[in-house]
Amino acid sequence: MALEAVMQQGEAETAGSAARPVIEVENLSLTFETADAPVYALSEVNLTVNAGDFVSFIGPSGCGKTTLLRVIADLEHQTGGTISVNGVSPEEARRARAYGYVFQAPALYPWRTVERNVMLPLEIMGMTSAERQARAARYLDLVNLGGFEKKFPWQLSGGMQQRVSIARALSFEPDLLLMDEPFGALDEITRDHLNEQLLRLWERTGKTVVFVTHSIPEAVFLSSKIVVMSPRPGRIIDVIDCNLPADRTLDSRESNEFAEIAHRVREGLRAGHSYDD
Amino acid sequence: MTTEAIAGPSKSTPGLLSRAFAGRSGPLAVVCLAIFVLWYLGTVWLNAPLLIDRYEREGQDWSITGLAGDAMAMERPILPAPHQVVEELNKSILQRSVTSKRSLIYHAWVTLSSTLLGFAMGTLLGIVLAVGIVHVNTLDRSLLPWVIASQTIPILAIAPMVIVVLGNIGFTGLVPKALISMYLCFFPVTIGMVKGLRSPDPLQMDLMRTYSASKVQVFWQLRWPSSVPFLFASLKVAIAISLVGAIVGELPTGAQAGIGARLLVGSYYGQTVQIWAALLTAAAMAGMLVAAMGGIERLVLRRSGARP
Repeated sequence: MALEAVMQQGEAETAGSAARPVIEVENLSLTFETADAPVYALSEVNLTVNAGDFVSFIGPSGCGKTTLLRVIADLEHQTGGTISVNGVSPEEARRARAYGYVFQAPALYPWRTVERNVMLPLEIMGMTSAERQARAARYLDLVNLGGFEKKFPWQLSGGMQQRVSIARALSFEPDLLLMDEPFGALDEITRDHLNEQLLRLWERTGKTVVFVTHSIPEAVFLSSKIVVMSPRPGRIIDVIDCNLPADRTLDSRESNEFAEIAHRVREGLRAGHSYDD
Repeated sequence: MTTEAIAGPSKSTPGLLSRAFAGRSGPLAVVCLAIFVLWYLGTVWLNAPLLIDRYEREGQDWSITGLAGDAMAMERPILPAPHQVVEELNKSILQRSVTSKRSLIYHAWVTLSSTLLGFAMGTLLGIVLAVGIVHVNTLDRSLLPWVIASQTIPILAIAPMVIVVLGNIGFTGLVPKALISMYLCFFPVTIGMVKGLRSPDPLQMDLMRTYSASKVQVFWQLRWPSSVPFLFASLKVAIAISLVGAIVGELPTGAQAGIGARLLVGSYYGQTVQIWAALLTAAAMAGMLVAAMGGIERLVLRRSGARP
């Protein structure tokens, strides 16, 4: 209850100005030096993500949304501008284990059972075996995978594997979740189901989520803020506040409000001339 | 509908022959049979000139059947017949106590002990080198060429030197032979493990980075488990050439015991039957060692979640 209250307060404050910023990006650019010509992956990106926000990066392939997420996670380093996560550099934030990262693929370790995959970060962070056991059980339950503890990854479907990877990211209870197209490889039905679960999870825990996607309905359905990006060079063209009611369900996607926001996202994407080439 | 209706009338039980050929035993038996036939033909063909020489010297009449019979019963044939080798195996394995110096089991054990010691040392050395090569940039560039160069030297050329030098500083018996085994068998382990330790995909490595895991943690939680399938592939090669190393190590010293010593003594006295018996024992040992390694591999991989 308390968490939910904090989360809702956070959301209310987003509209105002006093919300606590978790990620602050200023004039960020990143250029990959390649053999022939430099690739401008990100250019002049400015962005603030506040505590409790659910922010989606949306844009066509190659627009730098994954790169931006990787810079936040300190998996990539910017070539210009500044970025802070929880008030410190991404590297310090990473060392402080400030975020959980969910990749495009589940990236489970095939020699570990489902349960031991979820325990992996806990082992690395030096938790006691009893604590590890309790956390694994709790978070597998949360993603509806109770009873699959002793299975190996190959015995699970793609959607279940991705849920294990979400449980693994949640298990050490980071306040910030970075998700890179986590449902991109899944079928529509599984994807809808996981979207709803993720939304409920976000409501319950009040975590800050940064979510990369190229699906407009997914972005509108999940987000409190949508960042529309365009490629070559990767830049932000629009930031859309998205305040659908907190208790929205998949059916809310048929509401007028939903259609309006989706329309604005589509307009933004079109304005980025991203379909010219 | 019942399943029976779908399946239709059940087929009659297939005969013994067709059942044997449906599995692996049938083809295997055919190949074995072919080898025996070729071997017998070879025996007659290779031993015939010697026998014909003798017949002519003694002015004896001879027929093809008599020749074939004689060719398979010579005391020192060029190529002994299979049944002669089997008889020798029976004589030197089953008919003697295992502690006897004339028992092949005794000699096999002598060779096996240095094989296993050399294999253990070689595996350890191979893994240590691979870990170094994967983690230290300088070693990556400096060590691998030497490792490869080491294998281009014929082992027969350096084995006598190793034995003599070690003998001079007081190492005789087991250790020098094990060192030659080690010299041969560390190589596939190093090559396999370098590949295995580098096999984690970028996503799996990134995951470790997001946890800010230490190098040691990355090694034990990711690199080592990913390399296990590669390790076993290498170990199966390593254990077989480890045996070769041990036998080669027994040749130059005129060692008192071991499969190599039996081969050497056999060739001194032209005891070809004894040589073939020793060779077959070595081959059977190699087969058993590789099979045992395969068994351990299956056990370990099943425990770590490999698909059955």
